[in-house]
Amino acid sequence: MLARTHVSYELKDDVAVIRLNDPTAKVNTLTWQLQSELMAVMEEIWANGAVKGAVLISSKPGNFLAGADIKIIQSANSSEEATGFSRQVQKQLEKFEKSPIPIVAAIHGLCLGGGLELAIACQYRIATKSKNTFLGTPEVKLGLLPGLGGTQRLPKLVGLPEALDMMLTGRNISADRAKKMGLVHQLVDPLGPGTKPAEERTIEYLEEVAVGVAKGIANKQVPLTKEKSLMQKLQDTVMGLGQVRKMIYKTASEKVQKQTKGLYPAPVKIIESVKTGLEHGTKAGYLAESENFGKLTVTSEANALIGLYHGQVTCKKNHFGTPEKDVKRLAILGAGLMGAGIAQVSVHKGLTAILKDTTEESISRGHEQVYKSLNTKVKKRALTSFERDVTMSNLSVQLDYSGFQSADIVIEAVSEDINIKHKVLKEVEAIISPHCIFASNTSTLPIKDIAAASKHPEKVIGMHYFSPVDKMPLLEIITTDETSKDTLASAVSVGLKQGKVIIVVRDSPGFYANRCIFQTMAEAIILLQEGAGPKKLDSLMTSFGYPIGPVSLSDEVGLDIAAHVAENLTKAFGVEGGHSAHTILSDLSERGFKGRKSGKGIYLYEDGTKDRSVNPEAEEILKKYKVAAPPAVSSDSDRQYRVVSRFVNEAVLCLQEGILRNPVEGDIGAVFGCGFPPFHGGPFRFVDSMGAERLVSIMRRFEDVYGNRFTPCQLLLDHAQDPSKKFH
Amino acid sequence: METYYVSSLWCVPRHFFDQLGETDQSNCLFCRGSAVWSRVSEPLHIYIYIFVCCYINVLLNIEYSLFLNDIIEDDKECFSLSVSGARSLSMTAQLQAQVQTKSKKTLARPGVKNIVLVEGVRTPFLLSGTTYADLMPHDLARAALQGLLHRTGLPKDAVDYIIYGTVIQEVKTSNVAREAALGAGFSDKIPAHTVTMACISSNQAMTSAVGLIAAGQCDSVVAGGVEFMSDVPIRHSRKMRKTMLSLNRAKTLGQRLSLIGSIRLAHLSPELPAVAEFSTAETMGHSADRLAAAFGVSRIEQDEFAVRSHTLAKQAQDAGLLQDVISFKVPGRDIVSKDNGIRPSSMEQMGKLKPAFVKPHGTVTAANSSFLTDGASAALIMSEEKALAMGYKPKAYLRDFVYVSQDPKDQLLLGPTYGTPKVLERAGLTMSDIDVFEFHEAFAGQIMANMKALDSDWFGQTYLGRKSKVGAPPMEKFNLWGGSLSLGHPFGATGCRLVTTVAHRLQKEGGQYGLVAACAAGGQGHAMVIEAYPQ
Repeated sequence: MLARTHVSYELKDDVAVIRLNDPTAKVNTLTWQLQSELMAVMEEIWANGAVKGAVLISSKPGNFLAGADIKIIQSANSSEEATGFSRQVQKQLEKFEKSPIPIVAAIHGLCLGGGLELAIACQYRIATKSKNTFLGTPEVKLGLLPGLGGTQRLPKLVGLPEALDMMLTGRNISADRAKKMGLVHQLVDPLGPGTKPAEERTIEYLEEVAVGVAKGIANKQVPLTKEKSLMQKLQDTVMGLGQVRKMIYKTASEKVQKQTKGLYPAPVKIIESVKTGLEHGTKAGYLAESENFGKLTVTSEANALIGLYHGQVTCKKNHFGTPEKDVKRLAILGAGLMGAGIAQVSVHKGLTAILKDTTEESISRGHEQVYKSLNTKVKKRALTSFERDVTMSNLSVQLDYSGFQSADIVIEAVSEDINIKHKVLKEVEAIISPHCIFASNTSTLPIKDIAAASKHPEKVIGMHYFSPVDKMPLLEIITTDETSKDTLASAVSVGLKQGKVIIVVRDSPGFYANRCIFQTMAEAIILLQEGAGPKKLDSLMTSFGYPIGPVSLSDEVGLDIAAHVAENLTKAFGVEGGHSAHTILSDLSERGFKGRKSGKGIYLYEDGTKDRSVNPEAEEILKKYKVAAPPAVSSDSDRQYRVVSRFVNEAVLCLQEGILRNPVEGDIGAVFGCGFPPFHGGPFRFVDSMGAERLVSIMRRFEDVYGNRFTPCQLLLDHAQDPSKKFH
Repeated sequence: METYYVSSLWCVPRHFFDQLGETDQSNCLFCRGSAVWSRVSEPLHIYIYIFVCCYINVLLNIEYSLFLNDIIEDDKECFSLSVSGARSLSMTAQLQAQVQTKSKKTLARPGVKNIVLVEGVRTPFLLSGTTYADLMPHDLARAALQGLLHRTGLPKDAVDYIIYGTVIQEVKTSNVAREAALGAGFSDKIPAHTVTMACISSNQAMTSAVGLIAAGQCDSVVAGGVEFMSDVPIRHSRKMRKTMLSLNRAKTLGQRLSLIGSIRLAHLSPELPAVAEFSTAETMGHSADRLAAAFGVSRIEQDEFAVRSHTLAKQAQDAGLLQDVISFKVPGRDIVSKDNGIRPSSMEQMGKLKPAFVKPHGTVTAANSSFLTDGASAALIMSEEKALAMGYKPKAYLRDFVYVSQDPKDQLLLGPTYGTPKVLERAGLTMSDIDVFEFHEAFAGQIMANMKALDSDWFGQTYLGRKSKVGAPPMEKFNLWGGSLSLGHPFGATGCRLVTTVAHRLQKEGGQYGLVAACAAGGQGHAMVIEAYPQ
């Protein structure tokens, strides 16, 4: 027999402690190896009459079992193969469920996807209350469903509504919440250091408690089911009614439809599998689950979402080495929405930040923004008031440059005016120490123009955050030819500390994200001129899969800022349609229609109403610029593709010009920074799955009407000519 | 609507529990015993409970007294029989201590004033809610001060300063030192102030006194501590207080009426002081349980240590060794002259209790924790010259001391571990030089955890910055007259008891050096070296 490497067990009295530990990875995943060893171990334990109970635990700190191995899913060549995998594991887990001896899952750290499905097949679950303990079924985020019995066991365990919520959102569930839901039976507090490190001792303690419980269950001292409260009994009765369940399925389906516009198949299949199990019996349920799982694994959506997942993992690593000096102290210039947002994500992750502005009013507002964000967490009990205070103590708001001499990085978020940028750069450089980096959070100004005023251009870099900083995961880092490698490594390390997904691009007007968004905006403005109507246009684009329509987006960003971007980029590229975009946007913003922040943009923003109406005065202005819509390219689908193809073409052009380093970062940037439909996986994966040739032919059709703003770039043409060329 | 939690013993509105965070802690905050909470949503029930419960202070100790009653009933003659092992151990220890030589050098240093403990006394420590129930904190403090005056024959104007330590403050007597001093008849020309540092408050009072004397500001200072858990300030809710304060400022009848109208039933629910760490919202018992688990301290070890403490305390009490206790005639009640929490019981009895904080697998129970106690202590501290000039025979020198602090979450109660090596280093002593150890026993689990931490090379290297372990104090020198677990632990008063006990034990056992160490809420700690005064 081969030596086991992933699963081992030892007997503690009459309890078998089974330890999961994948020696080839940092986290345990359900690989073929782990799975087959686990089954072999279980068979051995079940065959041993002296064993009265078992404990399933991970030897890895910070994770129990983080899910099924994505490689298994990706390597499946057909839906049948994936269904087969699901069936096989389902059968194995059934053995767990029907185990003659109690199996206690002792969970510390991540217990996700397949890990959770394994845990809920056990008789009893104990979890540590650690901040890193999370349970959940994130499969939906990968375009899949919990295919190892999850859709069948979860509804029985936590009730239909909770189970649907878990599986449809894929959200992570904390230990406390899991206990309340009935997902775990018992909680164990994480321990501090004793005669060995805290983490090590906590796992040991968890094991001790779990062994005690396993013995207790075997001796019938610990009941497996808790006496249900009156409320629970009532809830169970209500859920027992077929009509009620029907209503729940219906509501869930409607919600899914509304949110996904029918573009994501996984949630639908999840509801279907759950429904089959509850309405037609477990056997049918498991079958439906494995079949649906198989079908989903081969969808382009799953492929795209898994691609994004991998991309995100890649973009959360520092590929540029360790910075020479660890960056701990930030100084941020400008306490506006952006500056304060950057301060917020920094102090929250344990960095110290100085937030400087020129007026008392603005630093007070900035301070309040950071405080408010933390205080909201306190209200939601995600943070204690004490932790909030300690975090706030890392922030200093001020009007002068004191403390800048000890800063490791200065990030400027002042007005988008090259003269102001030069002024602050010079002021700052007079104070900061030689190792300190100067980063600009400009959205359009070329970094090399800013660096022109610097005595140390190798220390100048662009860090383009997206608003709102705490919500938008992307950070675009921009290097010039002069930027040193260490400056880049340091900037990336700061971004990673702030929890950002990072793409690194070469300096160019608008960099990558804004350059692409601008194409969308410019086309959207033309469509408005052609009389597409703001609401119609927004709904066209959201039904294509964008989370927000281009008109709403401009209002959110601010029409004045959009105008500014348009002006800069039009100057830089001479983009066709850019002039009219700039003119119209500045016309609107000069009338005070600056978007959401001024209460009026292209839409009207009134407190308390969610359904917003179009601003009639803005419509008047748009009418001034009205042009006729050429009928040949004005169908709904053409309008969608006019917006999308310009975006995609620009993205490919960025790769062609070497602005982007690779298609992976291009996809991540487009999805996380520009809201490109995630199920398409980003512009590059979109081209791959749609076929460059098809896209080019559509663009040619537009080109015939509008000329060169729809001319495909060379790289796209190359791909169109040679279908074997793929970005991924 | 606000959710309320009602237990068989106590009830509190949900928001009070919020201070504990999203946890399932359902132990009663005062008696710290287990209680089953159930949710009700009808505030009216609460008020009935509050009326019945809150204002009857006996409640504070129901859980513990129930436990005691059980033991007393089941186990009337167990006191000395059941734990003969522990007793014989302690007896040999005392014998050993007596034959020890006294050849060690003194810690006196040129240019540093010798500061001495002239006398230390305390009221009997009583379970809260018993005989002292109707008093106020300054009454207890006054009793200790009068006891000190009586025992020393000190003229009432012969001290320069009075310092008291206390933790939960009675709002009416926030400077309890001054109120007690005036009431005890000390001259009104003697300034007094109150200090607070959780369970080491009276240590802080004593070391403040040492500081004043060392700095030449004073020659003789009275330092002490008091804690009164039979009555604690229970406040109106924040919203209610706000309304009431606004009412004061309201000018017109209309304003007043609208303010009164804004009062909701929920605003009437009171706010209780929590025995929880403010920074982490964790109750101390919960932290102690985690600490014990972190060091792998078993339930049996804890129960054995608790039984040891009670047994030794009982022996010391019976043998008349607790000379620091003074008699106190409680107005309207009998004379109290003995601690009433000492109850040795069998391991079997101890084993019956359910964990009080971490359920169901925890190890800290009501019986292996210190209980809520009322009591006060006082000590007379002087420069050696002054004491001799006034004709006193000092009991001991107060030598080096340190305060330490560490992580209030995971190392809340490890003060002794951090303080011990630090103070020994300061004094130039080693563990083996110490003849008498008196550590504050907050929880049996906490003591055992400190023992293991002191005895761990890994802990010494990782957290104490040492090459190897400090070494644990030998049990035959350790808390031989009982400790906070058995004698009781009035938070603010325990420090003086520890120091006085060391002085008395040094005299009795003939040792040269004693060491006091204590932990305190907030993750702080204290340690002090005491040297016997030549007899």
